[in-house]
Amino acid sequence: MAHLLDDDPRIIEFDVRTDEMLVNMGPQHPSTHGVLRLVLRTDGEVVSEVEPHIGYLHRCAEKIGENITHRQFIPYTDRMDYLAAMNMNLGWALAVEKLMKYQVSERARHLRVLIAELNRIASHLVGMGAYGLDLGTFSPFLYAFREREKILDLFEEACGARLTYSYITVGGLTADLPTGWLQRCESFLEQFEPIIQEYHALLTTNAIFVKRTANIGVMSRELAIDYGCSGPVLRGSGVDQDMRRDGEAIYTAMYEGYAFEVAVMKDGHYPRDHDYPAVPADAVLGDCWHRFFVRMLEVVQSMDLVRQAIDRYSACKGPLGDPVKLTEKMPAGDAYLETECPKGQMGFYIVSDGSAIPWRARARSSSFSNLAVTHELCRGCLIADVPAIVGSLDVVMGEIDR
Amino acid sequence: MRGPGFLEQLEAAVPGAVVGKNLEALDPWIEVAPERIADVCAWLARSSPVRFDSLQCVTAVDWCEPDPKKAAKVAWQPHTEMVYHLWSTPARASLVVKAKLPRWQADVPGQPPEIPTVCGVWRGANWHEREVYDLSGVWFTGHPDLRRILCPEDWEGFPLRKDYEMPLDYHGIRGR
Repeated sequence: MAHLLDDDPRIIEFDVRTDEMLVNMGPQHPSTHGVLRLVLRTDGEVVSEVEPHIGYLHRCAEKIGENITHRQFIPYTDRMDYLAAMNMNLGWALAVEKLMKYQVSERARHLRVLIAELNRIASHLVGMGAYGLDLGTFSPFLYAFREREKILDLFEEACGARLTYSYITVGGLTADLPTGWLQRCESFLEQFEPIIQEYHALLTTNAIFVKRTANIGVMSRELAIDYGCSGPVLRGSGVDQDMRRDGEAIYTAMYEGYAFEVAVMKDGHYPRDHDYPAVPADAVLGDCWHRFFVRMLEVVQSMDLVRQAIDRYSACKGPLGDPVKLTEKMPAGDAYLETECPKGQMGFYIVSDGSAIPWRARARSSSFSNLAVTHELCRGCLIADVPAIVGSLDVVMGEIDR
Repeated sequence: MRGPGFLEQLEAAVPGAVVGKNLEALDPWIEVAPERIADVCAWLARSSPVRFDSLQCVTAVDWCEPDPKKAAKVAWQPHTEMVYHLWSTPARASLVVKAKLPRWQADVPGQPPEIPTVCGVWRGANWHEREVYDLSGVWFTGHPDLRRILCPEDWEGFPLRKDYEMPLDYHGIRGR
């Protein structure tokens, strides 16, 4: 027995029977990404059960949606995923456009891609920085926010807001870009590109980070699909699915002509179009490290898409087109559309009785489904791994509680 | 999208379950008898040629017009409509399954209508059904842990019902 204990100190932990204890984590815990309360049933350091309690940020968005017109709902979608509000605006706008069978101008289409992908970078930067915070390292957070701030400056210039944009709207966008914006965006990308290596040095290849995330919270493909997980959480488990490529015609048409490869591990390796570190030996597909790494790859991918969008947008000389009228009536019927938001597949379901006010406005949140899987991932892990697992799902509570 | 003879196969596997369909709609849907929903979903997820292995969204739509003047003009009878959005990862295809429920069980106001749970088919249905119960007031029979999820546990009424009235007071907090 003695030699066993010498080999692995954790064995002591499992050998000693202690009393079961309920530990409350949150709702205002720094590593729960907003107001999420987790109740942990623990036996010593080992968690036997995790129960997430949500609803602290419930603001009745769906009920509000039944009382205002489709375009008036755009600002409420901002406040769902406030870290990627452009993508949320886009999701709702496209769902309404699908119901109305409306097609935006070519110029608006490219501008939407540009803005949405730029916002994806910003959202993944927060995800990365906050994940570092969860694991107890403060500096990556500052490095991530330094760059994110520049993206927010660009957004502020374009639409006047730093977080809740309401820029993309039903039928197009509220305004065109100001002069000189594209140059500033390009110079940002140029300056940002080498910094990604810095992030990889700070986190991706950091020995402590790898120890904390590799082989932790392993989610199988089947589990991810069964729970309806999506986005980097799904792709981190090796499922090759991205709505920008696999989604409905109205959404994939937006990305028509754009070249990008879905960030997913295929045949044991990730698409290699950029200089990035090798997968650590301890990491298993579906663990926290892979979920994190998929996000890092998507930052590069989005950067590439932004560049392509800049080219196409500046080549487009046609008009941007005006958004639809605030009180434009929708045809009776229903439409459901899922778009690829940074956190996953955000679905909007809209039922109309023929008026401008939706009969039912349903938001299917990606973080909601991604968080539901927590109790499966945390079963049998150590208490210290709970923040690592929840953080790797990169949830945003505003979207879960709506 | 779902291959020829899809509906016939479903009819052979779960006879009499499909009571309506619209395959020309924006999102093609089939309507099933509410008591057969779990059987239909189990077939769709496990045995159908296109395996719908993921449940994306569960919604309840309350068809009720509280204003009696407007209610006289509508073409439908008051009911609650369940909408399930299914997704097939291998085929990258979607399907909508609908089911019509009465607004209240046995027309007793306050008594939620019942439908079998699909938790046994997709584990992800758990939270979605809890949310529908919480906000729209539909009771999922056989659900392992059906309680409110977004609203506090002692909340009364189902907010997404069209005739819901905002409480004037909640533990001393003014509602208006």
